[in-house]
Amino acid sequence: MASSTSLALRQTALNATHRRMGAKMVDFGGWDMPVEYSGLIAEHMAVRTGVGVFDVSHMGDIQLRGPESLNAVQHICMNDASRLQVGQAQYSAMLYPQGTFVDDVIVHKFSDNDYLIVINAGTREKDFQWVRQNVQQFHCHANDFSDYYTQLAIQGPKAVETLAKLTNLDLSTIKGYHFKWGTVCGLPNTLVARTGYTGEDGFEIYVPSDTATSERVWNEVLEAGKEFGILPCGLGARNTLRLESAMALYGHEISETINPFEANLERFLKLDKGDFVGAEAMRAVQSEGGPKRKLVGLEMIERGIARDGYAVLNATGKKIGEVTSGSPAPFLKKNIALAYVPVEVAAAGGEIAVEVRGNPVKAKMIPTPFYRRPKKVA
Amino acid sequence: MAYPEKYKYTREHEWIEVAGNQGKIGITDYAQNSLGDIVFVDVPKVSDKVTKDAVFGSVESVKAVSDLYSPVGGTVTEVNETLKDSPEKINSDAHGAWIIKVELSDPSELSSLLSAADYEKFIAEETGN
Repeated sequence: MASSTSLALRQTALNATHRRMGAKMVDFGGWDMPVEYSGLIAEHMAVRTGVGVFDVSHMGDIQLRGPESLNAVQHICMNDASRLQVGQAQYSAMLYPQGTFVDDVIVHKFSDNDYLIVINAGTREKDFQWVRQNVQQFHCHANDFSDYYTQLAIQGPKAVETLAKLTNLDLSTIKGYHFKWGTVCGLPNTLVARTGYTGEDGFEIYVPSDTATSERVWNEVLEAGKEFGILPCGLGARNTLRLESAMALYGHEISETINPFEANLERFLKLDKGDFVGAEAMRAVQSEGGPKRKLVGLEMIERGIARDGYAVLNATGKKIGEVTSGSPAPFLKKNIALAYVPVEVAAAGGEIAVEVRGNPVKAKMIPTPFYRRPKKVA
Repeated sequence: MAYPEKYKYTREHEWIEVAGNQGKIGITDYAQNSLGDIVFVDVPKVSDKVTKDAVFGSVESVKAVSDLYSPVGGTVTEVNETLKDSPEKINSDAHGAWIIKVELSDPSELSSLLSAADYEKFIAEETGN
């Protein structure tokens, strides 16, 4: 159970800070990243009830710039980027011609000829190669900005009050999935996006990736959030937070062998926007009556925790599917999972079982997201 | 964290405290720290048999599951029921929160276990520190 670090692992600018603060480090997609600081449950609860800060600098950033950058984005992404206003962001995904996932992404519209696509850490090189190859026909440049930014996610109901202390921006004017540039911690023109991966309100800020600046901003965020009980959070809490919110994780709910219909992401698949990579294959799936399997939410009924890769069983004990992510849910205090099952099983709902270490453990299919943040009354 | 000298240790990170032919078994502080927040302990029933070096149960944290290996063979005489509702006691006091008590079938098996000093050396090698 020991984790070891190798010299080949990549590091963010905050690596030494994480180590100094006593974080437990793990290899995540080739990156030496903090998995937890004070404890996964405490960090998870801080984000649900107060505020937490994550170093997500391992995420990649690709700029598409040029007169045909919108056409390029439309060609490689499944959502309709023509609907974006300047200052707006959009959940989307890049598909292979067969309609399966290259990666899921967030597209930011900086201007009519400038878009920023934020991609996953483990797929950075693959994604950049893919983008470069597939936008060649357009009058636009793909630039890898990944190493220029330290990206911090400030998440939780107290994220606004925390960040407000550090910026001249009126954060109430930045709606969800929108962004602005402002001064943050004295740094002018800092990108502040109201996005995240926790199911809570929050922001992701992009600051220069030199160590001195990164450490200063990290410390100032922690100081600003102190009165709200801010905790530095690791990838462990990030995973349980996104799982409670039923958000997909590359390599689990989405991958090179899974398509958007299967992953319940068809609301981000805009087949009517015109042609794009993967569209034809997805139209074929649609005309053939939809996918054969579907992602469903599970709640364990009997004692036992479903884990990634465990088999889903029917009433006769036959394997009918597989868990993609499973964990105790620290806020909901239930054992939950996401799993692929045949469409007819998903449509019928009800009880199934998960094979937990050789034993079938009863679970029921329940609607997702498992957790939805309370609507603000004020 | 000090590893009690009166305990014996396994390379799978269990400890055993023996009095007469009775043994109390738990997991080490190193193990609880590696696992993180423990949420579930799966244990055998009283009078079940356990075998040296064989799996007798598991502990689960939020992020992982880990098998429990018995340091000795014997019969389970008691299960720590408080861990059912408060498994986090293992995180706060790993060397106090015993998981099962067993009656040893062969006390000579103890000789193959690690002393506190040997166990500390072992985990230092495992973590490369």
